[in-house]
Amino acid sequence: MFEGLSQKLEGALQSVTGQGRIDEVNVAETMREIRRALLNADVNYQVAKEFTANVKEAATGEDVLTSVTPGEQLTKIMHDELTRVLGGEHEGIEMAETPPTVILVAGLQGSGKTTFCAKLARHFRKEGHAPLLAASDVYRPAAVDQLKTLADQVNAPVYSIEDDGEIVEDAVRVANEAVTEAQNTARDIVIIDTAGRMHIDEAMMQEVEDIKTTVAPNETLFVVDSMTGQDAVNTAKEFNERIDYDGVVLSKLDGDTRGGAALSIRTVVNKPIKFASTGEKLDALTPFYPDRMAQRILGMGDVVSFVERA
Amino acid sequence: DKTRDSFFGKLDRMVRGKDTVDAEVLDELEEILITSDVGVDTTLDIIDHVEARVAQDQYVSAQELNGLIRDEIARLMLEGSEERPADFDAPLPNQPHVIMVVGVNGVGKTTTIGKMAHKYRQAGKSVLMGAGDTFRAAAIEQLEIWADRAGVPLIKQKHGADPAAVAYDTIEAAEARDADVAIVDTAGRLHTKGGLMDELAKMKRVMGRKIPDAPHEVLLVLDASTGQNALRQAEEFIDSVDVTGLALTKLDGTAKGGVVIGVSHQFQVPVKYIGVGEAVEDLQVFDRKGFVQGLFKGVES
Ligand SMILES: Nc1nc2c(ncn2[C@@H]2O[C@H](COP(=O)(O)OP(=O)(O)OP(=O)(O)O)[C@@H](O)[C@H]2O)c(=O)[nH]1
Ligand SMILES: Nc1nc2c(ncn2[C@@H]2O[C@H](COP(=O)(O)OP(=O)(O)OP(=O)(O)O)[C@@H](O)[C@H]2O)c(=O)[nH]1
Ligand SMILES: [Mg+2]
Ligand SMILES: [Mg+2]
Repeated sequence: MFEGLSQKLEGALQSVTGQGRIDEVNVAETMREIRRALLNADVNYQVAKEFTANVKEAATGEDVLTSVTPGEQLTKIMHDELTRVLGGEHEGIEMAETPPTVILVAGLQGSGKTTFCAKLARHFRKEGHAPLLAASDVYRPAAVDQLKTLADQVNAPVYSIEDDGEIVEDAVRVANEAVTEAQNTARDIVIIDTAGRMHIDEAMMQEVEDIKTTVAPNETLFVVDSMTGQDAVNTAKEFNERIDYDGVVLSKLDGDTRGGAALSIRTVVNKPIKFASTGEKLDALTPFYPDRMAQRILGMGDVVSFVERA
Repeated sequence: DKTRDSFFGKLDRMVRGKDTVDAEVLDELEEILITSDVGVDTTLDIIDHVEARVAQDQYVSAQELNGLIRDEIARLMLEGSEERPADFDAPLPNQPHVIMVVGVNGVGKTTTIGKMAHKYRQAGKSVLMGAGDTFRAAAIEQLEIWADRAGVPLIKQKHGADPAAVAYDTIEAAEARDADVAIVDTAGRLHTKGGLMDELAKMKRVMGRKIPDAPHEVLLVLDASTGQNALRQAEEFIDSVDVTGLALTKLDGTAKGGVVIGVSHQFQVPVKYIGVGEAVEDLQVFDRKGFVQGLFKGVES
């Protein structure tokens, strides 16, 4: 389905072959191809523009390698730049000095928050911790049931507030009491699942902000669907302004999305992507690998390793 | 931030007294379309058509150009068909009219079913739902709550049951109870998972065994915030279960859902519904004009 970008670039770069250097003139046309590839991968319009300009700058003046084609060489330059923007040091979750470590999880509707919370609980259980899940999604039909079912699978308790079998619609209270519960029951991690919300829904954004101020989490994570398109920048920015999250979780990476949203988000909020969620099963959670993501966005197979050897 | 409404203000200045479309207008049109997730190919297609029409008509006023651009976009989206009316009070060609709802994980299938059931009920039709997602945690419980909200019965089996059997039961119950509409939920699945796509195809086949043409509709739900991957989703779901219509959810945010233009055009499937919130009444029949209008409205960054 996806043509390799480097092949596409070959055509545009014919002129470079046999020349000593990549210069302004011979890459101009290529930059359009690159921008197009980024847009097709769902990188935001503005971000793609800036990124292309950076690549152009990085490429200009480079000696043309004789052992690889110019298309491959440029793809490699782009891959490196992309990896740099996406990456940095891998950052995990910072543990609180005095337990419990409180982790707040937020994001748009259906992005994969509840599943991620259970995955994270499983991850911590494996490391010997004792997580407690807080059911702060008090709105979505059967959200608490869903969390309880998943939590059962990983042997983690769930804190929720019900009155006569009815869910009490007070997300802040659930989060707050869950922290106390953890203290009282010697659980060293609290993971707060929240309802999906639109970044422009003022009441709901206020709610998550209130949860944050009330429980003062050690870590706030923003879960985003890796299939997200151009709007990723708006939601990432707005959530960041409201809850100043510490990291991003990219979900549903087990599909064939190119995942350009990762680059967009990284560029506009400059927060590390900490985890990748790669399936419905609870063991499908991995650290985020910037270089793999870069290759995926570019859809370029093994060009990089090839050029690396050259 | 600037508003997209200003685009047409600019249009006015740009075209006044000219017979070609200014490059700046086309650039801005391109930006609007790309940032709405219309995608590069479809955007270029639209721009080419706009340019060609302007060249052919020699002179266009800003107002004409405005209309022309909108026409060119709307033109790409297929209109609905009579066998599958979108209006909830339109007479249905089958009884029960069986609808199967499919899509990738978390797009809003179950919620859309709840809303549709409610709308059909309001239009005086009797509805029955089938809990065909026997896989996801608490999926049945979730649909149960929606069935309550819409005031319609739910046919279900236990978690882990064969979804094809649930679908069969649902149709059987719909026939037995003379229901007008039967809507079957399915588990979310990525279009790349062959085994799960086969399972979906089997569900569909089993329904056809009970009523020859069932399901009469296969509704593919797409999330408005999804980018170009929606094209891949459509391709695979169409391949497996012959999608007959689209529902575009979560249009109450700032995402425009522009990818449905290409989906509708490329695969010749109409968009039938849009989801605009999480409440039971937040479902609307798709309106091409309104949708295109939406592309040019709101804040961009
Ligand atoms: N394929 C795949 N599916 C996932 C992944 N993460 C979550 N899902 C599925 O996506 C759907 C939505 O996941 P949830 O965890 O319920 O998402 P949420 O953000 O809690 O949703 P709301 O609470 O409604 O906002 C479910 O069907 C999950 O099984 C993933 O990494 N890969
Ligand atoms: N804002 C908004 N939220 C919506 C809309 N439609 C669905 N949702 C929300 O999106 C989330 C996922 O919806 P579901 O109906 O569970 O999606 P699904 O496709 O059935 O999910 P799976 O069965 O897990 O694949 C829920 O939180 C819904 O409330 C909509 O039009 N607008
Ligand atoms: Mg949830
Ligand atoms: Mg569902």
